[in-house]
Amino acid sequence: MHATDPTARARQMLVVCNACRYCEQFCPVFPAVERRTSFPVADLHYLANLCHNCGECLYACQYAPPHPFGVSLPRALAEVRADSYERYCWPPRLAEAFSRQGAKVALGLVAAFAVLLLAATSFASAPAPGSADFYGVIPHDVMVGLFGLVFLLALAALGRSLAQYWRAIRGVDLGFVPIRTWVAALRDAVTLRHLHGGGVDCTSGLDDRLPWRRWSHHATLGGFALCFASTTVAAIYHSAFEWMAPHGYLSLPVVLGTLGGIGLVAGPVGLLISRERRDPALGDPAQRGLDSSLLVLLLVTSATGLALLTFRDTAALRPLLCIHLGAVLAFFVAIPYSKFVHGFYRLLALVHAEDEARREKGLERF
Amino acid sequence: MNPAYDVVVVGGGNAALCAALSARERGVSVLVLEAAPRDYRGGNSRHTRNLRCVHEHPSEFLSEAYREDEFFDDLVRVSGERIDEPLARRAIRESATCGAWMGVRGVRFQTPLRGTLHLGRTNLFFLGGGKALLNAYYARAQQLGVDVAYDAEVVGLGIDGGVCRSVDVRRAGSMETIAAGAVVVASGGFEANLEWLREVWGDAVDGFVIRGTPYNTGTVLRFLLDAGAEPVGDAAACHAVAVDARAPKFDGGIVTRLDCIPFGIVVDVHGQRIGDEGEDFWPRRYAEWGSLVARQPDQTAFVIVDAKVADAFMPSVYPPVVGGSIAELAAQLGLPVDALETTVAGFNRAVQPGTVNHDVLDGCHTRGLTPEKSHWAQRIDTPPYWAYPLRPGITFTYLGVRVDVQARVVLRRGLPARNVFAAGEVMAGNILRRGYLAGFGMTIGTVFGRIAGRGAAAYARD
Repeated sequence: MHATDPTARARQMLVVCNACRYCEQFCPVFPAVERRTSFPVADLHYLANLCHNCGECLYACQYAPPHPFGVSLPRALAEVRADSYERYCWPPRLAEAFSRQGAKVALGLVAAFAVLLLAATSFASAPAPGSADFYGVIPHDVMVGLFGLVFLLALAALGRSLAQYWRAIRGVDLGFVPIRTWVAALRDAVTLRHLHGGGVDCTSGLDDRLPWRRWSHHATLGGFALCFASTTVAAIYHSAFEWMAPHGYLSLPVVLGTLGGIGLVAGPVGLLISRERRDPALGDPAQRGLDSSLLVLLLVTSATGLALLTFRDTAALRPLLCIHLGAVLAFFVAIPYSKFVHGFYRLLALVHAEDEARREKGLERF
Repeated sequence: MNPAYDVVVVGGGNAALCAALSARERGVSVLVLEAAPRDYRGGNSRHTRNLRCVHEHPSEFLSEAYREDEFFDDLVRVSGERIDEPLARRAIRESATCGAWMGVRGVRFQTPLRGTLHLGRTNLFFLGGGKALLNAYYARAQQLGVDVAYDAEVVGLGIDGGVCRSVDVRRAGSMETIAAGAVVVASGGFEANLEWLREVWGDAVDGFVIRGTPYNTGTVLRFLLDAGAEPVGDAAACHAVAVDARAPKFDGGIVTRLDCIPFGIVVDVHGQRIGDEGEDFWPRRYAEWGSLVARQPDQTAFVIVDAKVADAFMPSVYPPVVGGSIAELAAQLGLPVDALETTVAGFNRAVQPGTVNHDVLDGCHTRGLTPEKSHWAQRIDTPPYWAYPLRPGITFTYLGVRVDVQARVVLRRGLPARNVFAAGEVMAGNILRRGYLAGFGMTIGTVFGRIAGRGAAAYARD
C-alpha cells in the first residue's frame, strides 16, 4: 500500500501515528508529529533528523508489518534522513556520491591522497632514522596551508548546507532561539538521551537491548573530540611557545591523541559490529555505504595515527605519515558530504523541537 | 513442545502472560499456547494502552487518589448491579499492586496521552501501549524459561470429572496431545468469530468491522461451555464503537475510531439524522454510537462537519470525503441529495444561539428536531463540507465462563473445576456484564491472570 517515494511513504505512516499516539513518550518525534496535521517535505526532514533510530516504536507498533498498514517508522525516517542530507547539501552531487558509493569513494580518496603525498615527498631526503621528524617529510607550512585550506572549504560547504536545512525546518521566521534552548538541545545530543529515553537501552532486536551501540557512539564522538583537542594543543604549542613536534609520549598532545585514537578505533569498530547485528528492519539497507564510509574513514585515520606514533622512529615514518595524512585529508573532504553531517542535522532538529515545545506552553520538556 | 507440562496456558495476551509468569515464578514448568503467529501475538492486549488501578497517593504516573469504593461505583454505573461483587472487589483491591508487579517484569509507564487527560487519575498508561507491554512480558517469559508455542491452535480440552488432564493442539498441520497438571484458559472472547456473531446479529454482521485480532474466535470458550461450564454475561451483547467504514475487516485497532461526532451531525443512508450527537461528553457516548450505527440500514451512517471545526478533533487516519456544497457532498457519498440538503437546512434552522465550547456541556442545542442535539449544536454552513462514513466496530464480547474467587472455572452443579482456571476476557463477564470502563479489561486480566497462574502452579505441584 505504500508509496515508492520515501517522503510520501513516511507521510502515510505518520498519519497513522497521529491517529494512534501510543508512542507519544518514547521520544520527541511523536509530540512533534502531534503538533501537526499535515507533513510537508521540510517537516519530514525535521522529524527524520529528530529520530535517533532507537527502534522502540517499531516493536511497540500494532501496525508494524505484517499488518496491512505496514508502519515501520525507523526505516521510513532513516530513508528521509538520507534524502535530507542530499537535499540541503552544497554542492548536491557530492552527497549523492557518498550516499550511493560511500565506502568506495572514501577509500578511493584516501588512496588517491596518500599516493599523491607519497609521490610529492619521494624526492625529499629521508628524515634521519630515530628523528621522528614529520616536518622533514612534509614541511610545516605546506601541511598547515594544505590542510587549513581544505578544512576551511569543507566547513564553508557544511555551514551552507546547515543554513539551508535550518531555514527549511524553521519555515516562517520564528525568531530568536534562546541560549538555554541551544544548551538543552546540545546536552540531549551529546548524551544521546533519546537512545535510552525510555529508561532502558535502545533496541537491537525484538527482545534484545544492548548498550554497545550507544557506548560505541560515545567512544567515537569522544575520540574525535580528543583528537581535535590534541591537534589544537599542538598548534598552540607550535605557534605560541614554539614547542615543535614530535612531542614526547607523555606530552599533552600525544596523550590526548592516543586516547582519542583508541576511542576512534574502538568506537567505529563497535558501531560497525552493532550495525551488522541489528535487526535490519530498524534501518535502511541502502545506507550501508553512507554509514560505513564515515566509520571506515575514521578507523583508517585513527589506526594509521596510532601506527605512526608507534613506528615514528623507523623508516616506516614516511609511508605511514602519507597514508595517515591522506586519510585525514579524505575525511576533511568528506565532512560536508558524509554521515558526519548527521550530528549537526540532529542537533538543529533537537533545537527546533525544544523551541516548539517551549513555545507550545509552559516548559514541557522533551 | 514437551509432551507434558505442569501448567498449560491457553492464549497469549495479557492475562495469559500474567498467568504464565506467575506460575513459572513458582518453579513449575509452563507452556503458553498462542494461536497467532509471533508477529500477531498478544490477542487484543496489543491494542490496549492502560490499566485502571486504585491508589491512595499521587505518583509519577497517576494523579491524586482513586479508592476502592469510587472504583466500584464507577463499575456499577456502567455494568449494573448484577455483578459478582466478591470477584469485582478482588479485581479492584488487587489492582493496587499491579503497577509495581508489572514494573518488576519490565513494563514501563508513561503519563496520560494527549486527549486522555481525563484518565490521568484512574489509569496507568503503558509506555508504547499494549504491544510494548506484551514484548516485556514475552522477554521475561523467555528469560524465565517459559515455553511459548506460536501458531498453536487448541482444538480440544481433555476435561473429565472436573479435571483437565490434557490439551489437544494443532500446530504446523499436525496434532499433538499435551499432558497438563493444570490449565489456565485466557483465550479471550469470540468477537472475531463472524459465524458465532451471525447467530446473534444475523446478516448485519456483514457490515461489522472487528477492531481487534482475528484470532479471538472463542473456540476454547466454546469447549468450556460444551464441557458444562456455567455461562456468564450477555451472550448476545458486544461492545461496539463507531469506526471509519473504510477500516480493514480485522485489526484496525485504535486509529479507525472517529472523534468528530459531537462536532457535526450523523445521518443514515437516507440522509436522516439518527441520534443526539451532543448528549454527553464523547468518552461516555463513544460506545453507544457503535450499536446505534449497527441498527441502521446497511449498518452504515455518515458524520458530517463543516470547515469551522475541521481542525478541532483528533485527525483521522482516513481522509474526509469533501464537498464544496451539501449537494456535492451527498453525491460523493451516494446519499439522496434532496434529503441531505433538507436535513442540514432543518438542522441549521433549529440551532439556537449560543457560544459553542467543547470543554463543557455548553447547552448549545437545537429546538424542534427529532432527535434534538443537546450540546455543541452549531450551524453546518461553512464549506468545504467533510464527511466520514461510519460502521460499527466490534471491540469485545461479554459472554464468558463463571469462575470462583480463585479463578477456577465453575463446571457443573456450581462446583469449581479442580485444575481449570480462567483469566481475562473469557471470564470478564462475571464482573463487567455490559458497558465499558476504560482500562478495566487489563485490570481483570492482570489480577486474575496472576491468581490463576498461582493457583495452577500450586495445584500442579501438589
